[in-house]
Amino acid sequence: MITLHWLYVLAGAVFAAFAIGSLRDATNSKRWGNAAFWGLLAVSFWFGDFLGDVGNGVLVLALVGIAGTHLLGRGALQSTSNAQRTKSSERLGNCLFLPALVIPLTAFVGTLMFNYTPLKDSGLIDPKSVTLVLLGLGVILALAISYAWLRPPLTAPLEEGRRLMDSIGWAAVLPQMLAALGAVFAAAGVGTTVGALASAILPEGSVIFAVLLYALGMAAFTMIMGNAFAAFPVMAAAIGVPILIQQHGGNPAVIGAVGMLAGFCGTLMTPMAANFNIVPAVLLELKDQYAVIRAQVPTAIPLLIANIVILYVAGFLL
Amino acid sequence: MSYLPLIGIALVVLGFALRFNPLLVVAVSAIATGLLGGMDFLKVLATLGKGFNDNRFVSAVYIVLPVIGLLERYGLQQRARTLVGRMLRATAGRLLLGYLAFRQIFAALGLKDVAGHPQTVRPLVAPMAVAAAEKTHGKLDQATDERVKAMAAATDNVGLFFGEDIFIAIASILLIQGSLAGFGIQLTPIELSLWAIPTAICAFLIHGARLLYLDVQLARRPRVRGNDAEGHRS
Repeated sequence: MITLHWLYVLAGAVFAAFAIGSLRDATNSKRWGNAAFWGLLAVSFWFGDFLGDVGNGVLVLALVGIAGTHLLGRGALQSTSNAQRTKSSERLGNCLFLPALVIPLTAFVGTLMFNYTPLKDSGLIDPKSVTLVLLGLGVILALAISYAWLRPPLTAPLEEGRRLMDSIGWAAVLPQMLAALGAVFAAAGVGTTVGALASAILPEGSVIFAVLLYALGMAAFTMIMGNAFAAFPVMAAAIGVPILIQQHGGNPAVIGAVGMLAGFCGTLMTPMAANFNIVPAVLLELKDQYAVIRAQVPTAIPLLIANIVILYVAGFLL
Repeated sequence: MSYLPLIGIALVVLGFALRFNPLLVVAVSAIATGLLGGMDFLKVLATLGKGFNDNRFVSAVYIVLPVIGLLERYGLQQRARTLVGRMLRATAGRLLLGYLAFRQIFAALGLKDVAGHPQTVRPLVAPMAVAAAEKTHGKLDQATDERVKAMAAATDNVGLFFGEDIFIAIASILLIQGSLAGFGIQLTPIELSLWAIPTAICAFLIHGARLLYLDVQLARRPRVRGNDAEGHRS
């Protein structure tokens, strides 16, 4: 049976290749930091299950140490010039999108097939991780098609992948770190504490009030922190899980997905999310640096209300 | 019951608001929360390590980067720009509406980085929207010009935020899955991404309506003198 384990073998190989590529990139003055960071992730994917919990904890601290002391950098090389890219994009046309579309198609169609056809009982893929395993398969398929069609140099995908990875940098592991933070919150009893606290203030059995608190809390925390990813473990531990899901029996998929999207409404309204809201104003040479936020608020507020309605209706009534 | 572990939540909020390195903030907050919750340091470290190891699938999404990077080498971004450049140019509002749909659909298919503020908004969408507005409504004064450009940037953000979560292999979806799994709630990425669709539709309707209303507002705007006739189509 193909389990998540095999996806991790693939991911570990990709990160190991990024680490080796980083080491050899003389244009990046911080290449040792990059190599160590991506190398540690490769170790985590390959050997995480053998390191023990404390060993993994030390690995996390090492990653944080590298990121926190600014040891990650970026190389300067671009493989092909913009002129070459424009030329080849004209030659290849919209077919260029097809290999990329193979990935979601494989994952989506495959998941449907493994849920609703006899393949379900084939025992080929671990039912708990069908989508992610198929994502890996989609990537391999897309790469095979691209190799056959474009005939790039053998290592080109890894070099180009590393270029993108370096441009994301330490932020790449932030979502995983936040999920780990959620685990610590749960173990330390944050959820139960806030749950008890919130049921003390919330009117007895009022679902709608709890939904309001959850969605507005997601938006507000996102506005303060500038990041919905960081707000999510906090609000999930505080209200989402203990009150909406466990106490009132809300649909967890709705509470999770729409809760995050309520946070995104907050992202539209805060200068703390500088990448999205302030940088474009500068790029467009606008006089008012808050012009983009001003343009977004009239969309964000009705959309937040829409999310509250979806949370309530889909989470509790359907 | 002790309220002390809640300080960890406050630390996350404060650390992010004060712009410390987010990984550092998360690690410090995790350790503080655990210690205040009565665990010893090794136990906290083990819980954090186990949480990290159990959630590796969140970072497994980066295996798509070699494919995207390879296609970029052959002009993926340039092709996306060509597509955007060919969009309906009738009015500023309709042009931006087309871009909103493009951005949402492509983000939902996992192609969120083919467009963006540096890639498409500044070189293409904003100037095209201004040109379309001037073509139908005459020369824009400074404030209106800024408003159209700001709407172009806003449209990119709305399209990205409320399209990307429909794609199953996006970090935010897997973060939700991982966070809830920490509480013993098992979900699949597909369940989560399907529930991103209603909000995506609402975002399209709400922001789309505002974009069409932008055309109405532009038409009502007092004209800049001397440029009245040039915008009229014969």
